[in-house]
Amino acid sequence: MPLFEVFVRPRRGLQHQHAGSLRAEDAELALQYAREIYTRRREGVSLWVVRSSDITASQEDDAPMFFDPADGKPYRDATFYELPSKVRGL
Amino acid sequence: MVDAADALRDAQSRFEQRLTRDERVEPKDWMPDGYRRTLIRQISQHAHSEVIGMQPEGSWITRAPSLERKLILLAKVQDEGGHGLYLYGAAETLGASRDDMIDALHEGRAKYSSIFNYPALTWADIGAIGWLVDSAAIVNQIPLQRCSYGPYARAMVRICKEESFHQRQGYDIMLTLARGTAAQKAMAQDALNRWWWPTLMMFGPPDAESDHNSESFAWKIKRYGNDELRQKFIDQAVPQAEVLDLTIPDPELAWDEASGHYRIGPIDWDEFRRVVAGDGPCNRQRLAHHRRVREDGAWVREAVEAHADKTRARGLRARVGTGSR
Amino acid sequence: MSLLAAVVGLGDDALVLGQRLSAWCGKSPWLEEDLAMANTALDFLGRARLLYGYAEQLGGCDEDAYAFQRDARAFTNLLIYELPCADFALACARQLLVDAFDVLHLEKLCDSADANLAGIAAKAHKEARYHRRRSAAWLVRLGDGTAESHCRMQKAMEDVWGYHAELFAPVEAEIGLVEKGVLPDRAALRPQWLAAVSATLDEATLELPSADWQVDGGRRGLHTEHLAPMLAEMQHLHRSHPGARW
Repeated sequence: MPLFEVFVRPRRGLQHQHAGSLRAEDAELALQYAREIYTRRREGVSLWVVRSSDITASQEDDAPMFFDPADGKPYRDATFYELPSKVRGL
Repeated sequence: MVDAADALRDAQSRFEQRLTRDERVEPKDWMPDGYRRTLIRQISQHAHSEVIGMQPEGSWITRAPSLERKLILLAKVQDEGGHGLYLYGAAETLGASRDDMIDALHEGRAKYSSIFNYPALTWADIGAIGWLVDSAAIVNQIPLQRCSYGPYARAMVRICKEESFHQRQGYDIMLTLARGTAAQKAMAQDALNRWWWPTLMMFGPPDAESDHNSESFAWKIKRYGNDELRQKFIDQAVPQAEVLDLTIPDPELAWDEASGHYRIGPIDWDEFRRVVAGDGPCNRQRLAHHRRVREDGAWVREAVEAHADKTRARGLRARVGTGSR
Repeated sequence: MSLLAAVVGLGDDALVLGQRLSAWCGKSPWLEEDLAMANTALDFLGRARLLYGYAEQLGGCDEDAYAFQRDARAFTNLLIYELPCADFALACARQLLVDAFDVLHLEKLCDSADANLAGIAAKAHKEARYHRRRSAAWLVRLGDGTAESHCRMQKAMEDVWGYHAELFAPVEAEIGLVEKGVLPDRAALRPQWLAAVSATLDEATLELPSADWQVDGGRRGLHTEHLAPMLAEMQHLHRSHPGARW
């Protein structure tokens, strides 16, 4: 049986978060099992299931070129900009 | 060739730096084969233990002595199945498939905790399993929440949270029995007598004799030695037994002022080795049950596969709504 | 029939099925299904406790006395709930029939003139809707699966079918409570139930069984031979220690 990944929205207002995986033959069964397995203690208000094989993931080797370039851009953070101490509301 | 060797050296050093910095290793990361193998062995053994562990307690669901106990026990055994699932899921992120892991269990290539090869003979055993076995499991599992492999550590966080209910319901059963009729108290004492020593064996052989240990420490899979964890368990269980007014079946048990720990008599490691090797009271029964259930369900498995194939062939979309954010 | 007796009867229905379903934990075709079966069992056992709790308020005994201290002849559950289901096909077939009934029955019971029953029904109805979704999906998977699963499901459906009539046959004494608006009119639910079940059977490529046999008697304590052994197992420990607390 195919592997599915389960995403749970813990409360209204929060995004779905990965909770774990399970095996099921079809999406309906996967959704039901996600409910049985990952929300036994009121852990969620909404569920997504997605076939694990449908997920395209970045690889460890991709990490330097994907994520390191974001390092050199301090100007994207508000703290990069010094303001005169009298300025308010920025 | 040089490039490949360089890349491997880089990956290896990234892996080691990660461990040094106490960062988690995640599924897509490069990892040494030994690390992967050790984790698959340990996590699958852990998963099998949860699942085989459903049997001794499961047999009492239909016989629980009150409706409330029945609900609690059913919820607990169900949790164990859930824990098995979380752990199989964690092992699957390492490239092991659940079917293969179960084959390994059936063929004797994979083990499970030897504690579950002892029988649950009376209702008090349900109390003793919850109190002693689950407490021991928690002592073992708390450090695993910081294990270097992310999916395993995360599964353990979830499991530890749920296990605390297991431990308490077990102690609650023992407390009720110990304060109940003479027959109930005798039942509780008898269960403690039978489960005490096997529980101490759950932590594994003394560190001096234990295999696999040094690498597991270096890889930050294991963080404490067997003896240290066992001692931690003993130190918390002995006063709990006193509250129950039950006697731990060890004439040599004594408080050692100097070390601040309880000292115990010798553990029968011959018995431990016998049970691990397959010669415990229930080894054959446990595996036979697990195999039988899988065989009984074979037609269901075939049916759902066939149905899914038919549905796909008809070009029908699965009935789940296409959710969007 | 007194309100007390009616509440106990509904409690017995839920307890006996909950007990049957609870035996599946650790024995279902795979681990995920173990958890699902256990959740269903927990729902029914929880429902039994609510109903017995209400019975106690009405002057009856406590929940454990109902569950553990009565013999089979004193149980008043309908027969369909007590049938053994060690076979997965049988478990699915029975579940579809009772879930389809529950959804309709509990929906009406939500409007009961008795506020306590209405409250219990409101909680149970949500559970029942989920149960029916599950059991209908299972029936379709197994009915329209392999040739073997199709045969097994068809046979299982034939085997439980004769027990469904009792779901819609109020015992004479119940009629007073129906007239007072306390209990739904069971007989009136049958057409809708039959339509829903037929539609699921149809989707599952299964035949509607011929209705040429039926067994009843549960509400009068006339059970199948399966109930007493189930109770013997369930009650043995409790009865071995009279007066003990657990």
